[in-house]
Amino acid sequence: MAHSYTPGLKVLKKTIFKKERILPLKGDVLVKEGDVLNPDTIVASTNLPGNVQMLKVSNILNIDPKDVVEALKVKEGQAVKKGDLIAETAGVFGMFKSSVESPVDGTIESVSQSTGRIVVREAPVPVEVDAYVSGKVDEVIENEGIILSSHAAFIQGIFGIAGEKRGDLVLVSSSSSEELTAEQITADMKGRILIGGSFLSLEAYKKALSVNVAGIVVGGFNYYDLKAVLGYNLGVAITGTEKLNTALIVTEGYGSIPMSEATYSLLKDNVGKAASINGATQIRAGVIRPEIVIPIDSSNSENDSESKMPKGIQEGSTVRVIRSPNFGKIGTVVSLPSELNKMESETMVRVAEINIAGENFLIPRANLEMVETDE
Amino acid sequence: MSKKIKSILATDCGSTTTKAVLIEWKEDRYKLTFRGEAPTTVEAPFEDVTKGVLNAVMEVEELSGRTILDGDKIITPDNGTSGVDIYVSTSSAGGGLQMMVAGVVKSMSGESAERAALGAGSIVMDVLASNDGRLPHEKITRIRQLRPDMILLSGGTDGGTTTHVMELAEILAAANPRPRLGQNYKLPVIYAGNNKAQDSIKKTLGEISDLDIVDNIRPVLEQENLEPSRDKIHDLFMEHVMAQAPGYKKLMSWTDAPIMPTPGAVGSLIEMIAKKENISVVGVDIGGATTDIFSVFEGKFNRTVSANLGMSYSICNVLAESGLDNVLRWVPFDIDRSELTNRIGNKMIRPTTVPQSLEELVIEQAIAREALRLSFIQHKEFATSLKGVQSERTISDAFEQSSSGQSLVNMMELDLLVGSGGVLSHAPRRQQSARMLIDSFMPEGITQLAVDSIFMMPQLGVLANIDKEELKDDASQAALEVFDNDCLIRLGTCVTPVGSIKPNSKMADITLTFNDGTVKDLVINEGTLEMMEYPYEEVKISIKPVRGIDVGAGKGEALDSVIYGGVVGLIFDGRNRPITLSKESNKRIDSLLSWSKAVDEYPKGEVF
Repeated sequence: MAHSYTPGLKVLKKTIFKKERILPLKGDVLVKEGDVLNPDTIVASTNLPGNVQMLKVSNILNIDPKDVVEALKVKEGQAVKKGDLIAETAGVFGMFKSSVESPVDGTIESVSQSTGRIVVREAPVPVEVDAYVSGKVDEVIENEGIILSSHAAFIQGIFGIAGEKRGDLVLVSSSSSEELTAEQITADMKGRILIGGSFLSLEAYKKALSVNVAGIVVGGFNYYDLKAVLGYNLGVAITGTEKLNTALIVTEGYGSIPMSEATYSLLKDNVGKAASINGATQIRAGVIRPEIVIPIDSSNSENDSESKMPKGIQEGSTVRVIRSPNFGKIGTVVSLPSELNKMESETMVRVAEINIAGENFLIPRANLEMVETDE
Repeated sequence: MSKKIKSILATDCGSTTTKAVLIEWKEDRYKLTFRGEAPTTVEAPFEDVTKGVLNAVMEVEELSGRTILDGDKIITPDNGTSGVDIYVSTSSAGGGLQMMVAGVVKSMSGESAERAALGAGSIVMDVLASNDGRLPHEKITRIRQLRPDMILLSGGTDGGTTTHVMELAEILAAANPRPRLGQNYKLPVIYAGNNKAQDSIKKTLGEISDLDIVDNIRPVLEQENLEPSRDKIHDLFMEHVMAQAPGYKKLMSWTDAPIMPTPGAVGSLIEMIAKKENISVVGVDIGGATTDIFSVFEGKFNRTVSANLGMSYSICNVLAESGLDNVLRWVPFDIDRSELTNRIGNKMIRPTTVPQSLEELVIEQAIAREALRLSFIQHKEFATSLKGVQSERTISDAFEQSSSGQSLVNMMELDLLVGSGGVLSHAPRRQQSARMLIDSFMPEGITQLAVDSIFMMPQLGVLANIDKEELKDDASQAALEVFDNDCLIRLGTCVTPVGSIKPNSKMADITLTFNDGTVKDLVINEGTLEMMEYPYEEVKISIKPVRGIDVGAGKGEALDSVIYGGVVGLIFDGRNRPITLSKESNKRIDSLLSWSKAVDEYPKGEVF
């Protein structure tokens, strides 16, 4: 049977979810292989080098850079407190002295005789990495972190904002084609993850922020509303570091687009369960999509779905159209003709014949996305 | 003629696709005979670039019937039916070469360092300078965040004051930067500043970095010396960056010449062609994330990378920087603005889609015009004569208001404009590529247009750079012959008179004399665009501009020249410069439709 490879977004009821939890710099790993983890378990920690203050001592004391050493009252490597005397000129008969004091608590890192500057480094900044989802330690990467695994339902979105959040899933929209409105968001949703349908307005997202909702999963959001949220036009889709209380995960795209039935029903089936989500998106080489991970009972793990994932689009596959016309619609592959076809734009492409609601269309294969389910 | 090189295999490992080409000596010239491509395999699950290379080469084997591989080895030399004489490669996989540069004065040594890094094919993540307005701790935080592949530090003229460049070195030392790839090696730093500071630099940076010292990039203010830094960047790219990337050690052992960063190879090819033909050239490669522009004017080479102007990953940034109105001015129909921004947003998050409807194609090409226009503005601002140079001025210079740091880009001087990248190379009609190039670069006088349809310039660039004595001549002959005959698709020539004149009035009389002796007269009127189909053959042209109008010989001066047709033909552009579109929607749409019709740009139908 003809098939074509088109990467899609994963919607998996049961899989072994693996995640690297790595420190930004080498440090200590605090757990060992096989340890059971909660989302809040600290798995590794380290100290980032502290901030640096550069003092132009020769300028302040009005001396030559090479004379700075003579004026020093401290040594390289010595700890200093804010206000401690660092350097002082001899003055005239002990009078009219000029001096430099440390502006921070820290350590004298270096003294330069070429520029007359002294570097004071502040205390290291501790950094901790938590587990993010419950599971167990699969592998320890010495001094760097761990790889954890968890039996979970796993859903990828197409685009998101804000980083890792956790909370219980709450169903708000009663169907995949219903808009999630501001009125539906109430104060008791604080710290929860809301499941919407086709669309979330800017007003509704602002309401969610105001009641400290942990996250929202929804079919569509307007591209131009992002500016009001982020404060700038999003030029390239690299997100995750936004300081927002409410992560947003869009599963279909920009505009009002019903959430795919597979995604919606999987979320609905898990209402009330704890989920970990991450809006971080990077659409470049090494693509990162936002994700929703819902750890599930691992007693029967034989049917984990990763192994039986379809390899590509085949006749009968469920696909989503990802470019106008028919954008956002879900259909079934009828056939995959091998010859090139000329589109209305005169672009010559390989196409797939797709049945959407009883009608057949020829659509470029590049404009289709596999809906990867494990059913 | 006997050739030392009878066959050449060349690959380019791009961030998504690895392309292989086979060049053979046939019928007294080097010809591109076969090509193949396969997905690049730098990232998981493969993590070995050579797998993608082997797959692409296997495709060439299948098509050519020639055995090139013996297991996972390339057979050398060519024995008639199997093997190739040389194998070369370029690479931009894994994000290419990412550098940070530093100079004392941003517009002087900072800019020279940036020029060297860009010319070597790197992406410049940031330019640090003593006068960039940032406090030391801000600079330190920035260096730590960026994690470049290497740093180029410059500043000061030879024998001059060392204080400022040492301050920069101390900032680098305090930041203790780490390389992007691999936690276990020191970051390469190249010092190309004041020679008097070399010893102090060694003391400050020798321990914490892998320091190399080369000749000053700006030994005196009036002179820029980029070559030593550029060469060192190429060496370090091989030794450090490439050696860290998965599979590259193996790939390096296969090649007969060092692997070059893709844009570096393209740049050196363009530089070589401009030199050989003694012409001014602009080359552009518009990709999904970035747009690279290369130019040679007055014999000086420049390259810029507009890091966030591209047709998919950065398409929304094109929209943000140009504004929706500037995109829509190229679209000859009304469209809901909010819906359009969502559509463009969706292209960003699903970057591999293609325009199926004509409407989508027109919008995509409108965005491309703006991406190209903005990238070229950035290029013109960067490709300047040296700034900060004191020159003696006569009274006439003072009247001309010329100063140091003027752009070298002179559109009237431009001889050849080459486009590449999906939106230009794969446009359904070549007329569309020609229109996009003309509308965004706005060439003046006589300019030949071409596209590199399969983006083969990288492979040819590395070929042109082979420096093994016994292979050098054949390799550069192969690069030039394939470039001339197989790489470029000649679109034709654009003839553009410029100068101030009343709307719709005559700008120039033109007489064309074709090879068969026939003669044709025509007139270029202001505001019009005309096309004449003619293949890639010589045509004698005689242009008589009216008073105040210039076609290259000066205002009102006649010009006789030889031009070439191409797959599009000869284009006579009376739209003056800059091309301005009416603010009134109806008039604007009328102009757009008449220009499209004149060059048969889009299929006839509802809109066109």
